[in-house]
Amino acid sequence: MIFINTGGGTGRDHRGWMTACFHCGLPVPGGRRAAVLLGAGREFCCAGCEAVARTIVEGGFEAYYRTRTQTAPAPREAAPLELPDAQGEAALILEGVRCAACVWLIEQVLRRQPGMVRADVNYTTQRAQLSWDPAQNNLPDIVRAIRAVGYDAVPYDPQRQDEAHRRERRSALWRLFIAGFGAMQVMMYAFPAYISEGELSAEANEVMRWASLLITLPVLLIACQPFFAGALRELGNRRVGLDTPIALGLAGGFAASAWATVAGAGEVYFDSISMLAFLLLAARYAQLAATRRATAMLDRLMRWTPSAALAPGERITIAPGERVPADGIVEAGASSADESLLTGESRAVPKRPGDALVAGSVNFEQPLTMRVTRAGADTQAAAITRLAERAAGEKPGLVEAADRLGRHLTAVVLLVALGAALYWGNAWVAVAVLVATCPCALGLAAPIVLTRANARLLAQGALITRSSAHAPLERVTDIVLDKTGTLTTGRLTLAQLTPLGRHDREICLALARSLEASSRHPVSRAFGAGPIVTVEAPCNVPGCGIEARVDARRVRIGAEHFCEALVGSPPPGPCHPNFDARWVFLADESEWLAAFELEDAVRPAAAALVEALRKRGVEVHLASGDRLEVGAALARLLWIDRVAGGMSPQDKCDYVERLQRTGRVVAMVGDGLNDAPVLARADVSFAMGSGADAAQLRADIVLTGNRLGAVVDALDTSRRAMRLIRQNFGWALAYNAAVLPAAAAGWIGPWEAALGMAASSIIVMLNASRPLATPEKWKASTSSSRSRSYSYS
Amino acid sequence: MESLYLLVPLSVVLVFLSGWLFWRSLESGQFDDLERPAQELLADDDRPGQP
Repeated sequence: MIFINTGGGTGRDHRGWMTACFHCGLPVPGGRRAAVLLGAGREFCCAGCEAVARTIVEGGFEAYYRTRTQTAPAPREAAPLELPDAQGEAALILEGVRCAACVWLIEQVLRRQPGMVRADVNYTTQRAQLSWDPAQNNLPDIVRAIRAVGYDAVPYDPQRQDEAHRRERRSALWRLFIAGFGAMQVMMYAFPAYISEGELSAEANEVMRWASLLITLPVLLIACQPFFAGALRELGNRRVGLDTPIALGLAGGFAASAWATVAGAGEVYFDSISMLAFLLLAARYAQLAATRRATAMLDRLMRWTPSAALAPGERITIAPGERVPADGIVEAGASSADESLLTGESRAVPKRPGDALVAGSVNFEQPLTMRVTRAGADTQAAAITRLAERAAGEKPGLVEAADRLGRHLTAVVLLVALGAALYWGNAWVAVAVLVATCPCALGLAAPIVLTRANARLLAQGALITRSSAHAPLERVTDIVLDKTGTLTTGRLTLAQLTPLGRHDREICLALARSLEASSRHPVSRAFGAGPIVTVEAPCNVPGCGIEARVDARRVRIGAEHFCEALVGSPPPGPCHPNFDARWVFLADESEWLAAFELEDAVRPAAAALVEALRKRGVEVHLASGDRLEVGAALARLLWIDRVAGGMSPQDKCDYVERLQRTGRVVAMVGDGLNDAPVLARADVSFAMGSGADAAQLRADIVLTGNRLGAVVDALDTSRRAMRLIRQNFGWALAYNAAVLPAAAAGWIGPWEAALGMAASSIIVMLNASRPLATPEKWKASTSSSRSRSYSYS
Repeated sequence: MESLYLLVPLSVVLVFLSGWLFWRSLESGQFDDLERPAQELLADDDRPGQP
């Protein structure tokens, strides 16, 4: 954590009490941090607290935290103040926990801290709940103690989402227990009536019925409450949803059974009602658990929030083991960083001066000095969170169509139930129709699969910004790859050196290196490290090159015309190239010295990508803005058959359009900034996201780690996800089509209906939980080549 | 058969009792983490000199 004190002060308010942190409620230490948030001045105990609180408000996470905004403004923050002897309390997100042993170690360390009252570490959520005596200890010291054993911890507000999750989980378990236990017990009371064949005395039967009624009552009132609440909400929206038939079936079945019990005549189906409730709740609980598991990565991203206290241009030092609080550029130091929070890649990425650092990555070895370029809500991490949230709110066309179909089907079910009840003169037929044919499975099928697919891809370094991208992604027949920055790293390396004058290669290289040493231009990195000569008065002429004095002679490096102006004649014949930005010349007052051809290093994963795509039957195209020869050479290297060079953005658009006219489904992979028009034109688009502002990338899928292999992951995962969704829809529709006439004809009793309906939901749930994984072989081959791609940086 | 008049109400009472017990254990956080307590048994934390 980085402490930047924004002012002095004692940290005491006018009542003389210690001021509490707006975020975590801890006493604010001596040098306090004050900031205006939500239209009022707030005080914070540390940068982490302030960052979390501020970014919730400013980071566009409203959707995630809307519940908190609606509750009374932070009643808990003031609470410790009212009780002078209150204990300090905090919840920490633990980083780096891998196994139960880690949890044990952290717990032991925490419990040995002075003044610690309670320290519980939850393995599932990787969270520590702490309370301690504020007089003896403070949060920064506790976090330092956790760091000392090699883990990291970030404070966050326990009142917020975690509490909501716990409530949700507890009440779901509670409902499940009531329904399950109730169903078991009611079944026991119903059992004698089923097997006695009339031997059961009327009095005994009545006792059983009353006992069943008594136990079904809480099942209906407590356990089934979500169905009734959902039905009421649907009624309020004047829309028929999935909860309406369930609620009607449950209430109708209970009312008819209760009436039969009171009147002492007719059928009772308390056992069917409670069994149905239990099975439906079990399906919902499984759905909850699956969603929580799938969104764990997104939750981690959202819980880590970049510091908003920093401003672009500020210089900060990041100690080893610290998280980078904002996006920026390394100014001094050499280290490596773990960017897995953003890219899903846990391998350390080397960082040297000039390299970009992203907020949320962890510095490993040495202290780094960085200049902040983007802070708070502008950072890559915040943008990724926003995009991932947007994707969660979107559905592919197929799923929307299924939702509409589900609504129509529900209306049909209600009408059929009413008609059947009137025709047969028996309410039980209506209950059977309602329960058996509710298209619940239809509504359950797609969301889990989509959530799982998006979360899985995010962990692989492919951020889905629109869930609707899954549908075209599944049908992709052609992939058009951009060259610069996509198949290549976009970093220049020296390909060829031709001495033109009296100096040999070594001297020319040393001269070039020396001149470029003063520059930050991407070209300057191409000459690598090595001996340099002394240059005087280096002068950078933007768009042209660099001029300096070496041994009292003027020497220039840069564009052809820039050097020609110094020499006074065009460069000598044989190696006179076409004008191209990739050629750099070196000359002095008397003659041309050398011509350098620079080229872009090919990403090592590019060949594996092309091969993997071909294996999947996808046609690969290369569309390059460079000369055709440059593109063709790369295409030969990577075994790409179709290549087009010298293309303007408009040409690329036309190229994609031509493919689409022949019925192809085209995916475009580009760098996302220069390719915006063609990315919009393609059926589905990928953008290399690392380093760029993810929010500005107009692409369906952003490759956050610039890992090309993620394209194949996305393709595979989408194909699998859409197949699962289609299977689920097929099953749900087939079941409903088969069971609706049977139930309307009165062939299906309430208990059979309950069993069939719940079984259909659970089958769909289980199918949706099947693995979306891709073969391990491809993953291994791309991740091993990835470390090399970073060695160019 | 007369025993039914005692046993059935008794079973209803037992159901509600066990419901109450489950509620208590749920609210005390017993089901919040289903993995860690099982592992805790294996971890030694009573030896001197452990971190």
